[in-house]
Amino acid sequence: MGETTAPEKIRIGLTVNDVRHDLLVEPRTLLADLLRGDLELTGTHIGCEQGVCGACTVLVDGTATRSCLVFAAQLDGAAVRTVESLAGADGTLHPIQQAFHENHGLQCGFCTPGMLMGACELLERTAEPDPDEVREALGGNLCRCTGYQNIVRSVCAAGRTMTADRNSTATTTATTTATTTNGAQA
Amino acid sequence: MSTVEDRPTTDTTGSPRENGGRRWVGRSVLRKEDPKLLAGRAVYVGDVALPGMLHGAVLRSPHAHARIVSIDTSAAEAIPGVAAVLTGAQAAELVNPMPAFCAEPVPQTAIAIERVRYPGEAVAIVAATDRYVAEDACAAIKVEYEVLPAVVDPEAAMAPDATRIHETLDSNVAFHRTLDFGDVDADVARAHTVVRTRARWHRMGAQPMETAGAVASWNPFDQSMTVYSNSNFHNFLPWAFAGMLGVSTNRLRMIPCAVGGSFGSKHFITKVLAIAGALTKATGRPVQYLEDRVDNISANDNVGCDRIYDAELALTEDGEMISLTLRIIDDYGAYFQFAHGQHGNAMAQPTGPYRIGSLRYDVSCVLTNKVQQGFFRGAGADPGNFVLERLVDKASEELGIDRAEIRRRNFIAPEQFPFKTPPGNVYDSGDYAAVLDRALEIAGIDKWRAEQERLRAEGRYLGIGLATCQERTGYNASEWWFLYDNPPLPATSTPESVKLDVDAMGGVRVEIGCPLWGNSPETVVSQVVAEEFGIDPADVSVTYADSTTGAMSAGPGGSRLTIMLSGATRGASRTIRDKMIRIAAHAMEMDPDDVECVDGTFRAKGAPSTSMSMAEIGMRAHLFFHDTPEEESSGLVAVHTYDHPYSTPPSADRKDMGAFYPMVSHACHIPIVEVDPETGVVTLRAYYAVNDCGTLMNPTLVEGQIVGGIVQGIGAALMEEYRYGEDGSLDTPTFREYLMPSMHEVPEIVVEHLETPSPFTEYGVKGAGEGGRLVAPTAIASAVDDALKPLGVWVDELPMTPERVVGMVAGAREGRP
Repeated sequence: MGETTAPEKIRIGLTVNDVRHDLLVEPRTLLADLLRGDLELTGTHIGCEQGVCGACTVLVDGTATRSCLVFAAQLDGAAVRTVESLAGADGTLHPIQQAFHENHGLQCGFCTPGMLMGACELLERTAEPDPDEVREALGGNLCRCTGYQNIVRSVCAAGRTMTADRNSTATTTATTTATTTNGAQA
Repeated sequence: MSTVEDRPTTDTTGSPRENGGRRWVGRSVLRKEDPKLLAGRAVYVGDVALPGMLHGAVLRSPHAHARIVSIDTSAAEAIPGVAAVLTGAQAAELVNPMPAFCAEPVPQTAIAIERVRYPGEAVAIVAATDRYVAEDACAAIKVEYEVLPAVVDPEAAMAPDATRIHETLDSNVAFHRTLDFGDVDADVARAHTVVRTRARWHRMGAQPMETAGAVASWNPFDQSMTVYSNSNFHNFLPWAFAGMLGVSTNRLRMIPCAVGGSFGSKHFITKVLAIAGALTKATGRPVQYLEDRVDNISANDNVGCDRIYDAELALTEDGEMISLTLRIIDDYGAYFQFAHGQHGNAMAQPTGPYRIGSLRYDVSCVLTNKVQQGFFRGAGADPGNFVLERLVDKASEELGIDRAEIRRRNFIAPEQFPFKTPPGNVYDSGDYAAVLDRALEIAGIDKWRAEQERLRAEGRYLGIGLATCQERTGYNASEWWFLYDNPPLPATSTPESVKLDVDAMGGVRVEIGCPLWGNSPETVVSQVVAEEFGIDPADVSVTYADSTTGAMSAGPGGSRLTIMLSGATRGASRTIRDKMIRIAAHAMEMDPDDVECVDGTFRAKGAPSTSMSMAEIGMRAHLFFHDTPEEESSGLVAVHTYDHPYSTPPSADRKDMGAFYPMVSHACHIPIVEVDPETGVVTLRAYYAVNDCGTLMNPTLVEGQIVGGIVQGIGAALMEEYRYGEDGSLDTPTFREYLMPSMHEVPEIVVEHLETPSPFTEYGVKGAGEGGRLVAPTAIASAVDDALKPLGVWVDELPMTPERVVGMVAGAREGRP
């Protein structure tokens, strides 16, 4: 970028997928372009650049946000989560991703990161949404391939799986605690 | 001249009748493509970053029709970071006009020279260090235009004194032809009833979520170019792209990227390739040009048919359909680059699933000041289905025959296949009545009729739609040129190849020539390999070939890929499997006929404990030539090219277009709508579809194609449309104006399958990529008709936007036709 005379840049601190970045950004740089360009997180896709399609949805401090409508300079101190944060380094898919896989909730995959991040926010709020709740929450995200119903199924299924996982973890923890307590008594 | 008797005989040992014991073909194997897409790790063209890469942007014309008086690029060039600014004339010194796919009457350049002929046409292009700077530079370019009268209405464009789009042409009618198949006049003369409709199908666009793009990198030292892109034709027409880019064909390397949807719109992307190519040649640096949404909607080859039909269906008194006449005016926009391919395509199934004996097809392709037509899912057969089914519904009304019954009376019967249609295309197989009956059953028609009656008593309008349509699959590119006599190009077979190899440790790799376009080529190929070797599809590795490998592929399009990949992969698998049998037999000192491949093991028939693994044979074949049969060369690699399973050339007099699209799927759709005649809003209450695309390769994935297609069809029926102002300006350049279905507009869609295997293809598969969109629009039109029947409404124009529905209701009240 040495050939450009950059406009006055703004210093921000941004945490993306748990990694802290100290950045100098142009005032007009959109979060979507910062993520895809400077931070090389190309999993976030840009579909329309005007907030209609939702493909670029990421979480900003936990809230589903269109990264094409936010300037990076607005986000000093914020925590951003993108699709790259979901799967494990060993290739284990996040339960939401796994549910999309099992329910054929994607075809070309271009809108999928936005759908997944929107689903993350929804499932944080509503553990086991019904189909109407999913359609309400993700209704602003366009998909041109699937016809949506498998996306709705995927998100509902993810809610059930994640709830079951939480319950079984809770049960295991409770059991472990009980055992320890018994052991202590003995 | 094709006759049905010429049809090929295919090895059908994989078809269910001979072999019910298939293990992998027919199973809903989870998609192999998913994990990288889900993780955000697939590489789309926008994700490609090369060292020193510049970014392109395009300045577009705000006018539909204008003369470019002057262009001043000096201010743009002065902006720091700008590496090149090119006008059309400057770009023309670096790249050639775009390829024409038949006999385009005028050359078309990717950037306008002297005159712009549609709103959004490129006027100048820029390469800069980033996209922001490139767009700054576009804004700094000064263009002086002399605005010319815009030709917007295709019928007005046909007048001899109309403003001409191209001064070098005598007329705006780029192509006209009347083709008669059978004795139309005699059939009409003996008809009891002729029903007519004047139908309007407006232009709609594919609108994939990802726009088109390319990263081009010119190497001036060896005069070679590398292009990453989301074009589908990198292994079909790379020679044509090389000609446009001014690169010798053997020095162009086109690398496919993951594609974020296409639906027909990214076959060529010639404008994008030319823009990136001109900029990399001008700068000597890699250049990425990725359309933004306005670029894509206004200027890509994203647009489907734009037709006015005057159509007539002649019937006997008892409802036998005997002749069809279609007079079509098709608004092609400013150029005819892809010629009349969409009418060639429509020629595959103009008479639908019915035994209509004769056809008159009269087509005028007209030029106007709009972006040219490209391709969109359905590719010309979509409005054909709409019009034919509207005529059938009208005949049902006029003759007083129930709409299911009139269809049943005219269906081609199962025993009549293979069936030769009037224009010459052959249908392979089907059981249309069974599909209709099952659709009526799963929809629970009686329940909905009762609901309709109940709601009507409340003043509400529920409608039940019905459409029974064809989906011609396994396309053949001859359709692009065969309406012409001259040049008399022969028919193509539109082949598909794969390269399969088994490595020294027994691992199977397949390299395919098509890109990942949102469909599932890796999964399909893996299922076929798994079927042939008895291994797990998860163990098959599939990669994508760039254009330097010699792969042949026309990619996904015309619902061909599952058919063609199945054929190519099965052929390659059998070649290698047979070689492995011979090597194993030699090693086990047996006759090859006594060795079989079961579960990935090569074993003696009847003595399974005498066996060799894939790895044992692999190692022997790769390294130990002296331990293999004398006639065998080392290695286990096969390229198999699968030519179109059944195509015949058209007759010289074009009385018979030949068999070119003979794998024909069929569907019956029953949508349930509620219409508010006051607001014009159409709400889908339920949707039922029964589909027969032969043997299902992977039921879940087929259902995904059908449901996705139906939802695009809902868009076509209710909201999608390119709208133009009187001055030719495009009123729908973004997703705020060009509306598409969201989750809120679509119901839960119920899909069932029947399976009538194709006798022409491996395993009996047919295509399924376009069926949803080929049927849904006309089915929904029928539903709206049914809802508003008490008001006397007849739907003959799509999309049925609220404004149009209100207009139709008002028109019916006033007694307008």
